[in-house]
Amino acid sequence: MTLSLNVIKIRQDFPILNETIHGRPLVYLDNAASTQKPKAVLDTLRHVYEHDYANVHRGVHTLSQRATDLFEGARKKVKDFINARKIEEIIFVRGTTEAVNLVAQSYGRSKLQAGDEILITAMEHHSNIVPWQILCQQTGAVLKVAPINLSGEIIMEEFEALLNERTKLVSVVHMSNALGTINPVKRIIEVAHAKGIPVMLDGAQAIPHMAVDVQDLDCDFYAFSGHKLCGPSGIGVLYGKETLLKAMPPWQGGGDMIRMVTFDKTEYNTLPYKFEAGTPAIAEAIGLGAAVDYLQAIGMDKIAAYEQQLLEYATTKALEIPSLKVIGTAKVKGAILGFTLHHIHPHDIGTMLDQLGIAVRAGHHCAMPVMDFFGVPATARASFSFYNTTEEVDTLIDGIKQIIEVFG
Amino acid sequence: MFDEIRDLYQEVVFDHNRNPRNFRVMDDATRKIDGFNPLCGDRITLYVKVNDNVIEDVSFQGSGCAISTASASLMTEIVRGHTEEETHGLFELFHKIVTGEDTRTNFDELGKLAVLAGVRAYPARVKCATLAWHSLEAALKEDAETVSTE
Repeated sequence: MTLSLNVIKIRQDFPILNETIHGRPLVYLDNAASTQKPKAVLDTLRHVYEHDYANVHRGVHTLSQRATDLFEGARKKVKDFINARKIEEIIFVRGTTEAVNLVAQSYGRSKLQAGDEILITAMEHHSNIVPWQILCQQTGAVLKVAPINLSGEIIMEEFEALLNERTKLVSVVHMSNALGTINPVKRIIEVAHAKGIPVMLDGAQAIPHMAVDVQDLDCDFYAFSGHKLCGPSGIGVLYGKETLLKAMPPWQGGGDMIRMVTFDKTEYNTLPYKFEAGTPAIAEAIGLGAAVDYLQAIGMDKIAAYEQQLLEYATTKALEIPSLKVIGTAKVKGAILGFTLHHIHPHDIGTMLDQLGIAVRAGHHCAMPVMDFFGVPATARASFSFYNTTEEVDTLIDGIKQIIEVFG
Repeated sequence: MFDEIRDLYQEVVFDHNRNPRNFRVMDDATRKIDGFNPLCGDRITLYVKVNDNVIEDVSFQGSGCAISTASASLMTEIVRGHTEEETHGLFELFHKIVTGEDTRTNFDELGKLAVLAGVRAYPARVKCATLAWHSLEAALKEDAETVSTE
């Protein structure tokens, strides 16, 4: 197989990949939970704290200005990365979860009334379920769930049938963390927009694996986390169309989100600061900017192509194991291999693979309704990144075979 | 290959996982409780028959990993015929050993449960080994859901 990336060279950028676990080389296949960080990001964080750190948007002093320039520079990098129209549309948040909560509590709470509907799908992560349930409790709105088929794909006819005059918002995962399914989001947005319904996309899993263009998608909101994108944890992004964000009330109150405060009346700041109360994650945002630079230098399309090769290789090898069942077999899929083994619980698989230096996730992946749908308590999940190799896939497959042997 | 992990996955554990003892519904149980480990999705339904402070019978149903299944299976064998107080005492000791709070290296006092002592080296698996026990503790408490035996 001719590989489309120089992965040997790329791996040298990630110091942690030299770790040994239980005396064996680390095989890190838990990228859907969080990705590792390249030197470019680590160096940036260190450089910020050693040379450029102060609070942002505050002082007249040089360091504060330097930190502000870097922080706002990172916002510009993120804007270009997802091709947003304006920097005003890039809100820094803690992560995808906070972004969904922000939209639920600001947009949702100001717009929705009793009887209105929010439409999600049956493959959502808990972070795209629970914020809407809370909103429904607060407003009397109703959460509707579009079904999926046994491959883990959204059933478009049923999805469309659920869109009606009461539907006030659609929120859908771009790529499923448990199944790997990449949803036909462009089509979803088209049909929702045809009925005047805005669409939010949970992009936590999608954005590390493909080029995302929010203008081309025409989504109304897009949420993602820095830590799944080779950036630091504690920083994430909410993209929103400017017209929507402008009309939305602030979510949290505090410093930085105001223009003028008296005890009688407060005038809110402009976008994006209206939604960024308090001191933000400064170094983390700048680190995210460095991660974006790093990924763009490799090329998101190249990353996507390489990961598809890895997924295909891993799936073919996995299916050669008779007692292995792949959970999540969508036609359009990202590099996630969820599986179960006959008679061996995923938790045992996880502990045993760890003994071989292989890090996978075992559990419900914060998607318990998905597990219920497939009738399994949990799955084991190997999730790949562009720094993984076919040799690591071989190590995984060999490990699975050994576990089957030990369990007898 | 898996030599190091044999202290966790002993042959007895595999045996109880393959053939769990007392894996059945109990129609005349005096207490019944559902236990759940949200981290890994392990579920257990525990049936207990208590008569005059003595545990006459324990059985379980559910699905879980090898550690939680073996632990539940071993527990049902070991507590039968013991008083509630004795059972509580054994749980306390077992819990302290698997969480590493008790650092002893001789596990004779645990009897059959000694095969699970290796869990202490795997903090992520302590909840698996104690799910059945926590369920039993809850079932023995006064406020536990009581099964209707009508």
